Amino acid sequence: MTDDTIPSSPSLAERRKQCNFYYMADFSKLHELCAQVRRDIVRMVFNVQSGHPGGSLGCAEFFVALYGNVLKHRPKPFKMEGKNQDMFFLSNGHISPVWYSVLARTGYFPVAELNTFRKLNTRLQGHPATHEGLPGVRVASGSLGQGMSAAIGAALAKRLDGDKRWIFCLTGDGELEEGQCWEAIMFAAHHKVDNLIVTVDWNGQQIDGPTDRVMSLGNLPAKWKAFGWDVLVLEQGNNLEAVIAMLRRAKRRTGKGKPVVILMKTEMGYGVDFMQGTHQWHGKAPNQQQFDSAMQQLPVTSLGDY
Amino acid sequence: MLKNIVSSGSRATREGFGAGLLELGRQNPDVVGLTADLMESLQMHHFQKEFPERFFQCGIAEANMMGIAAGLATAGKIPFTGTFANFSTGRVYDQIRQSIAYSHKNVKICASHAGLTLGEDGATHQILEDIGMMRMLPGMTVINTCDFNQTRAATIAIAAHHGPVYLRFGRPAWPVFTPDNQKFKIGKALHLASGKDVTIFATGHLVWTSIEAAKELAEQGISCEVINIHTIKPLDDEAILDSVSKTRAVVVAEEHQRNGGLGDAIANLLVHQMPVPMEYVGVKDSFGESGKPLDLLDKYGLGKKDVLWAVKDVLDRKK
Repeated sequence: MTDDTIPSSPSLAERRKQCNFYYMADFSKLHELCAQVRRDIVRMVFNVQSGHPGGSLGCAEFFVALYGNVLKHRPKPFKMEGKNQDMFFLSNGHISPVWYSVLARTGYFPVAELNTFRKLNTRLQGHPATHEGLPGVRVASGSLGQGMSAAIGAALAKRLDGDKRWIFCLTGDGELEEGQCWEAIMFAAHHKVDNLIVTVDWNGQQIDGPTDRVMSLGNLPAKWKAFGWDVLVLEQGNNLEAVIAMLRRAKRRTGKGKPVVILMKTEMGYGVDFMQGTHQWHGKAPNQQQFDSAMQQLPVTSLGDY
Repeated sequence: MLKNIVSSGSRATREGFGAGLLELGRQNPDVVGLTADLMESLQMHHFQKEFPERFFQCGIAEANMMGIAAGLATAGKIPFTGTFANFSTGRVYDQIRQSIAYSHKNVKICASHAGLTLGEDGATHQILEDIGMMRMLPGMTVINTCDFNQTRAATIAIAAHHGPVYLRFGRPAWPVFTPDNQKFKIGKALHLASGKDVTIFATGHLVWTSIEAAKELAEQGISCEVINIHTIKPLDDEAILDSVSKTRAVVVAEEHQRNGGLGDAIANLLVHQMPVPMEYVGVKDSFGESGKPLDLLDKYGLGKKDVLWAVKDVLDRKK
């Protein structure tokens, strides 16, 4: 499968800038943001010796592509209702480190606040929540299987309002073992929710081991197709250009009566050699030695650490 | 005055919900409806017929319905979900907890067929724990209405309240005795009759049962204050303490387990502020069974006779 080429459109960038929308057209800057986000993830998890680095690292390209380049969004002032903006829902809430890092670095809240992750009185709860008023989060997630339903609800509201923007949602692959996901998948096809783009983080890992061993997902593309979705497969989920191209392609596939899903193959722990490709780092913090090794692999960027 | 409280006929509380939702639909374009294959049971077809584009059939998938409601609320809609009380609470507790209550979503969870009076379908459907589950959730407003008119008024009132609400009502035709033009105030107890010997706090279908019991007790020279607690959370502490400071004896009547319901809510208040003799009229740690609604209420200790006995017991302890 080939991904579409990426059109550059500085005029669009300029227009968005004037409207206070966040948009980064410069790919070298997006790559740098990816590198910094990876540093943030490992530092945040190391700092409190808890959290979920594996899935977070694997989704760095996705979040940077989405928030840096694809979403039409206004970080400040953050509006819960998101009218005339694209909205994103994270269903696999345990990968909060990557989301928090990207939210902070695209202007939702001060980057320094990343230092409070998982600490008492923080807005950066272990799993994302609205309760403390963290800008960027619209519904709590962590108990798995619920985010897609909320995303569909928001998509229905946009449709009722005649709002032409998109709803994006990320869900884990292991998470698809939750029955509610398939209720949501069935609903979205039945109600022709075609302003919705769901991405599955298809890393093939979950807490107790590879998904194939824990609870096989079988032929995932065939299942989504059978449920009535327009299915796209992205083989290179850790290739920033490929992710951006795929998200844009998915947008072009919307509005045709079907919800769109991107089955995005990623590698858990991508970017840190000893965390890569294994379920062992799903929810474990590195020790000092491992941290030092990770920091050597993830060089400092011009964006600077929090 | 007790004797002035009379029934103008019988209608199901769920019909009051259906009527209220239709009125709301006409008043507020942000109100949307959702059901999980129980549209007519919940009387939501009136709304659906007039506002088809604002009504979402979710199929037999309640967990997803709660999540979709949370998403609609996020984007500024006022979703009303409608299914049986069992499927509105126990089946979807975690979805309500995370996506609605913890996330502060403006979702109205409307639950019919609560309690034993669901009748012949039996214990699988007769939830008696729902008030307990819902009132444990921080920020959740919990309402159990007593007749058609009150349910209609409550349905309209909860749309104007921002935040998650659990609205509980029932299946059978039931005496209608509250005014048809009433204003429903969330959290405000409804004073039905003044008395000096004992206060009966009642919610839902058992309000009428309590009124009938109080009328009979009046003939025996026992003066009952009857207060309808339609809002179990937040509880009207002031009205409860006002009444109890006068009568110094309490009976609580509800179509729910004794564990976790209105009785426990009031006991929790009184044990701290005004400990007095108190009796529960409620189900004693048991599941229900198939049968006719009134026969079930009788068998499980929720009939008029049970209110009478509870009053006499509490008065014995007051002496």
